[in-house]
Amino acid sequence: MAFDWLTGNNLPQFWKNYISLFDSDNSNHHKRYVIFYMEKTGLDPKEDVILSIGAIGVTANAIEVGDFFEIFLIQEQFDTQSPALDKYVKETGTEKVVEAEAMIQFLNFAKDAILVGHNINLDIEMINQALKRLDLGRLKNPIMDTNALYLRWKELADTTQATLDELSDALKIKKSDRHTASGNAYVTALIFLKLKTKLGI
Amino acid sequence: MKNPVAQSIADFLKRYPPFISLQYDELLAVAEQSKVIYLEKNQVLFKGGEAIHSDFYVVKDGVVGLSVTSDAEETLIDKCDEGDILGLRPYFAKNDYLMTARSREEAIVYGISFAAFQPYFTENVNVLAFLLESFASQTRNPYDKERQGKLVTENMIFSEQVADIQYFQPIKYTRNPITANPDDILKFIAKSMSNSAVGSVIIQENQLPIGIITDRDLRSKISTGLFPIEIDARTVMTSPVITVPENISVAEAQMIMLKHNVGHLCVTRDGSDKSPVSGIISEHDVVAAQSNTPGVLLKQTRRATNAKELKYVREKLTDLIQNSIDTNIPISHISNIVSEINIALTRRSIELSVEKMGTPPPVRFVWMNIGSQGRKEQLLLTDQDSALIFEDVAPEIYDDVKRYFLELAEMVTEYLEKVGYEHSPSGLLASNTQWCKSLSDWVKQYNTWINTPAEKGVELSTIFFDFDFIYGAPALENVLTENIHEKINHNKKFFAFLAADTLRNPAPLGFFRQFLVENDGEHKDSFDIKSRALEPLIDAARLLALTHNLTEITNTYHRYKKLAELEPNNAELYDECAEAFNVLMRFRTEEGLLNNSNGRYLNLNELSKSDKVKLKNCFQPINDIQDMIKNRFSLTYIN
Repeated sequence: MAFDWLTGNNLPQFWKNYISLFDSDNSNHHKRYVIFYMEKTGLDPKEDVILSIGAIGVTANAIEVGDFFEIFLIQEQFDTQSPALDKYVKETGTEKVVEAEAMIQFLNFAKDAILVGHNINLDIEMINQALKRLDLGRLKNPIMDTNALYLRWKELADTTQATLDELSDALKIKKSDRHTASGNAYVTALIFLKLKTKLGI
Repeated sequence: MKNPVAQSIADFLKRYPPFISLQYDELLAVAEQSKVIYLEKNQVLFKGGEAIHSDFYVVKDGVVGLSVTSDAEETLIDKCDEGDILGLRPYFAKNDYLMTARSREEAIVYGISFAAFQPYFTENVNVLAFLLESFASQTRNPYDKERQGKLVTENMIFSEQVADIQYFQPIKYTRNPITANPDDILKFIAKSMSNSAVGSVIIQENQLPIGIITDRDLRSKISTGLFPIEIDARTVMTSPVITVPENISVAEAQMIMLKHNVGHLCVTRDGSDKSPVSGIISEHDVVAAQSNTPGVLLKQTRRATNAKELKYVREKLTDLIQNSIDTNIPISHISNIVSEINIALTRRSIELSVEKMGTPPPVRFVWMNIGSQGRKEQLLLTDQDSALIFEDVAPEIYDDVKRYFLELAEMVTEYLEKVGYEHSPSGLLASNTQWCKSLSDWVKQYNTWINTPAEKGVELSTIFFDFDFIYGAPALENVLTENIHEKINHNKKFFAFLAADTLRNPAPLGFFRQFLVENDGEHKDSFDIKSRALEPLIDAARLLALTHNLTEITNTYHRYKKLAELEPNNAELYDECAEAFNVLMRFRTEEGLLNNSNGRYLNLNELSKSDKVKLKNCFQPINDIQDMIKNRFSLTYIN
């Protein structure tokens, strides 16, 4: 670290903080999971961008309602954001932030938790692309995919892809009434809690 | 940051007490510190004996069962579903969980942090009131009408819980007690005490309590002749009076009474005798707070001022019956106690109605309970049957008098309906113009029944021979019963018809000793215990008792016991009938309590094999007694 200035590796403070979380040996403290859901403009990690992120923490088999995160991003390239979401953002008076700010806040929230999402690989790749645009490295968090957990529980072939709605139907979880990132993150968290118990993780 | 998850939890919580009484932003703050927990089927949320968690729980979806484990056996005590609260008690009792909470099916529960909710326990009056009420009434949610009167706990924990909560439960006491001035004459004080059915009067001067006069003072100072009855209160009163603050707990009240050896405590605004009186606590209140004893229920009935209070007593009575059944108290003892309280309930309804009428009754009258109430066999909330007899009046005022009593009876039956007794399906009510009439009309009515018992007439009239006079003038009762005695004495025609009627009930067993069940209708395939088993016994008892001119005993069990005494050669059969009747009553009562019904139809599939045998054993005496009636009244040719 002392040679950072020499190597020209002038990393921003938040990234250093984030990286340092993975240095120390934290194996003995309570495992924290962060379940998140992202609204995106599309499915191409290189071309498409993040519209909003909702995330919620799970510690010791319970969703910590206060451990909550939601952010909306300003869009420059695209203007495909749904009017419904616009209305929601307006109603709740939430401000939108630029992508860099969103990444800083998200990493500050996620810390070294295990990241959990539905079909998570695409989301992780989108975040990595956003980090790359900031000249930073890739995400370091361990990840878990609810789709993969579901397949494992059902002992289905790896190739099956179920949507979040299909999964919540299969597990008899009420879908969120609002299709927002945070609402979907909450549903994903319930799915995760169920699968976690069933699989004994 | 807005937290939509917390919002949706707050939206859920605000529909249920005690959260109802919180402001939305307060609720949101609580929700933000809450947890969402998923329980797999049969997963344990907390275990009896475990130290208390940092949260209490509210069921969001699914069902969580509360159970106790004793002797390695888990007994389910209660089921909690949407909106029900669990795990609150240990926080107040300051001890470990008493019961084990285990999900009966997949469930989602919210964990509400004690730390976050703490301020509302102490500061929000409504929240506190809700909690105290739910602990006191032993149900999770005292406002939940459907579940009211249902016990959360069995006896074992019942007492334990009461003991636990005693220490923080404020005692219920009489507010705005009767007071008197120190210069008042004792005689008048005693009069107002007995008018209001209280045991004490606080003597106050300038709004401050300076002494108290209790039953004890009257007994020891007046009745013994120590002082004349015209003396002023100041001389006789016990002074100073022991004063306590408002919101004193049951335990504290009891301690203070023991310490000062007094039976009454005066409640004042700040607890000293230098502030205005706000209430009085008697020993009765202490007892009442600790248990639902029959005596306390009777007292509560006598002091009830509206239908709601009477309903409360009846609900407590259901708990008492459930408890007694559980602890195997003989059914005839239970019936005795229950009928006393039932009678008190009807009496109080009549008194309240008379008060409401505004004018006292124009002439003397008698209120008669008939049918199961008249036989003192009503354990479940079945229908009310009653009749009213008023004194003979001049023909020109007859209509006015009758109108008064019809109106009165209407009120009484309405009160009783509010308490939970449905109207008689056949309209056998005192508020029915046919069954509210003058004494001589009633005598005529009975004579018609006795002398010309047409089939239809007899069917309607049999329950009129199970009457219990519960309110009014004994003189009228005597005239009526003497007339009945005289008319039925050796009246062969009357008894023959009564006997035929008795034998008309369907038999309980078929040729192959199988249960005869209902063939069609709503209760297809269930056993009608009322008409196939209980009614034959009741009818036989009535018939035989009437042949011996026993009109004063109406209870079926006691009728058989008396018959056994009168006819020693048949004593064995009568005793068997009495026993069979008790067993059948227990079956019906258990069924009724279980399904919250009138217990008339037993589902045979739910009975254990030994219960079925027990039930069948009751049928032999029915056959035997019916055979005896056939022979005695030479009815073979009728059937």
